Order: sequence, then C-alpha cells, then structure tokens
Amino acid sequence: MKSLRAINSKWSDPEVQVRFLEREGAHEHIPFFHSKLQDHGIGLLKTDRPSILQVNIGYQCNQTCKHCHVDAGPDRKEKMSEEIMEDCIRALETGCFEMLDITGGAPEMHSGFRRFVARAASTPVAEIVVRSNLTILMANPVYADLPEFFKMYGVRVCSSLPFYSSTKTDRQRGEGVFMKSIKALKMLNAVGYGMGVDGLRLDLVYNPSGAFCAAPQDQLEKEFKSVLEKDYGIYFDRLLTINNVPVSRFLDFLIESGNFEDYLDKLVQNFNPATLAGLMCRNTVSVDWQGRLFDCDFNQMLQLPKQVEGMDHIRNFSKEKFRDKKIITGRHCFACTAGLGSSCQGAVV
Amino acid sequence: MDTYYNPADLKKFSAIADWDKNLAEKFFAWYGEVFKPGELTAREKSLIALAVAHTIQCPYCIDAYTQDAVERGTTEKQMMEALHVAAAIRGGASLVHGVQMMEKAKKISM
Repeated sequence: MKSLRAINSKWSDPEVQVRFLEREGAHEHIPFFHSKLQDHGIGLLKTDRPSILQVNIGYQCNQTCKHCHVDAGPDRKEKMSEEIMEDCIRALETGCFEMLDITGGAPEMHSGFRRFVARAASTPVAEIVVRSNLTILMANPVYADLPEFFKMYGVRVCSSLPFYSSTKTDRQRGEGVFMKSIKALKMLNAVGYGMGVDGLRLDLVYNPSGAFCAAPQDQLEKEFKSVLEKDYGIYFDRLLTINNVPVSRFLDFLIESGNFEDYLDKLVQNFNPATLAGLMCRNTVSVDWQGRLFDCDFNQMLQLPKQVEGMDHIRNFSKEKFRDKKIITGRHCFACTAGLGSSCQGAVV
Repeated sequence: MDTYYNPADLKKFSAIADWDKNLAEKFFAWYGEVFKPGELTAREKSLIALAVAHTIQCPYCIDAYTQDAVERGTTEKQMMEALHVAAAIRGGASLVHGVQMMEKAKKISM
C-alpha cells in the first residue's frame, strides 16, 4: 500500500478534505460541529491551561496503515529540522508543559530523534511519551536497542496495536505486522516495560479497525490483558482507545467503502457534552515539522492552524497567549466527542 | 415504498412512541435495562442478541447487533460460532419434530 500522496489521490490535499467535510447543505443528517455545541448551549470551544506539547517530528514511517490520519509512509520525507527541535526544547524549558508527546510517522526514524529525547530529558518536563508503531524495532538492526534507549530516559512508550489478533491487526496495518508487534512487545517487556517497574510505562493504543467506534476502554483493556498474557505472555499498563477521525486515509476509506454518512451519523448520535471539558485540544499544543502550531494532530493534517495573534510558531509560544483562545473545530471533531470521548490519552470521561 | 425493509427505518425506531407514548416508553426502558451488564456481561448479551437476530431473521437487528458486536471487540470467529449455535437450535428444533412425524407415521401404518 502507498500513501495517498504517492498515488496522487485528491484526498491527500487537506483543502479538498476540509471542503468535503464542511460543505454547506451536504451530509443531510450531519450538523456542523459548532451548531451541535450551540444546541447544547455552548458557544465557542476554548483553550485552557497548556500541559501537553505534542510534537510531530516527521511523516516518514516504515508502515502504511489504512486508517492513518497522517498519510504517513516510507515515501514521506517531511521532517523537523534540528533548529525547530531546539525551539521545542526552549518551549519545554519554560516549565509550562507536564508532558512532551513525540509522534510522527515513526518518530524513531528521524535522525535527530535520540538527541531530541535526550535534550528534552534535561528540561523540567515531567513525562516524555513516544508513539511507537512497534514494528520499527525490527525494521532495521539500528533500532534494536530502542527499548534500552527508552529505558535510559524513562520514556513512556505508547504503542499501536489495533487488536489482539493477527486478522484485524494485519488488515489495518499490513501483512505480518501483528507478529512483529508481538516480538517488539516482548523486547519491551524484557527490559521492564509494562512489568510494573516504576517509570517504565507501556501503553497500547487501540484504533477500531473499521467504520465503528471504540468499545469502552476498561472492557477492552481487560480483554487485551487477558489474551495477550495467556496467548503470548505479554504485559502492558493501560489500553488507550482512540476513535478514528475522518481525516486523510481514514476519510478516504469511509468514502470509498460507502460508510462516510453512517459513521459520521453514529458519531453525532453519540455526541456526549460531558467529553468537552476533557478534550485534548484544550490543553495540547500540537507542533508540526515546520514548527507551526495547531490545536491537535488532526487539525495539523487538515492544515487548520491555531489562530492566535502573535503565536503562529513554537518559537513564539507563550502560555499566556495560549489560554482562553478559540479552538478551530469542524465535523471531524465529532470523533473526539462520541461516547466516552477520544483523545491521544485515550477515553476522555 | 420501494422495499419492505428500509435501513433508514432503524434510526426511526423511537417513532413508535408517536402512536403510543406510554407503551413505547415502557418498552424502551425495559429494553435498556435488559442490556445492562448483570450476571452476563454487556458483550455476552450483545452476542446472544446477534444470534437471536439471525434466528428471527430481523435485518434491523442483524445490522444493529453486528455493529455492536464488532465495536465490542467480538471476534469474527466468535460471531460465527454464535450463529452456528442459533442455527443448530433452529435445525434441531425442526429435526426433533421428526420424532412426532415418526410416531404419527407408525401409528397410522400397519
């Protein structure tokens, strides 16, 4: 499978995606997100206190997953410069972030990844999270020592694993990915990750493998733990459920498979106003490879930047300017407000 | 009406209250209570519903409980096994009447 960009699909263009999602008069049963907020007596969704700096250091990946909202893949060359990484470090040094969340692509493929983690570890940030696709640990011998590297800096590892069986996992992420992921998890367990060792937290990330929402996080976590332990002797800490957001490749899948209207309708029917207080966009600063700021990684992929005067780049980030500002929303936001809610940190309520 | 079954009608289920609010409210309250986790988990109840949906051959129920089962992480093999249980009971119910058939045939035969 190739990225949408590699095959010149129109859905690789963020403008085309936004135009489709936000068409006036289209999608008969799907309201605009801001209209739904108004129905619940909520005006604008606004930012709160910044606590998470989520940095997307590049779109290159060794996998090409069917649901990827980044449209990541081996062909993507966009990557953050060392200079912008240093801008991120300076933002961390202000002490206003509790967490650095490093994502991609496969962030480990960035040549400056290890230096970035080491530099971040010397800042006041309390927690460094790396979003790892697991198979990268076996993609090349140069990545085989990553578990030890993560351990050295007390990195929390968030690993994608859409299901505890090969059928669903491979269907979403590629042939053979499940068994490679199992081997990678064993490597992480072997150095203490997921084994109850303080500071070595291993979380799994569950994305539904199709046009449906995630089941309750606690229920799925019990099943994942039970099956992975029984069948493979694998241990982890928490399962984080994330609903697929209709952006990029997942949007393409929804449209091509005739599921778009039904999926969006389901998200709308399950709109839960109790999720609004805990949405990640309220306390996250999302930074793209060029240093530009967004309310979340999904807005980043739709090229919907933050609209805060004097704060368009991580270089000029300030926590005072961040607070109480309008969050850019669209119909894609219904994925985060459905049911128990969805975020990069799992269910919201 | 183009077809007897319209997928869009499933979303209008609650409209049955338009003609009898009292009974509809009682039904939906009871229905909601039935599917709450009890001695059986919500997932087990969902799987029973999926099997029964096939036995009564209700397309709305098959649609709803297939979606529900997949969302709950029920595997494809588990779903198919549940269907075979339903089908086995259904098939068995036909075959067990064969005893009645045989008794009757014996009775009227010399």
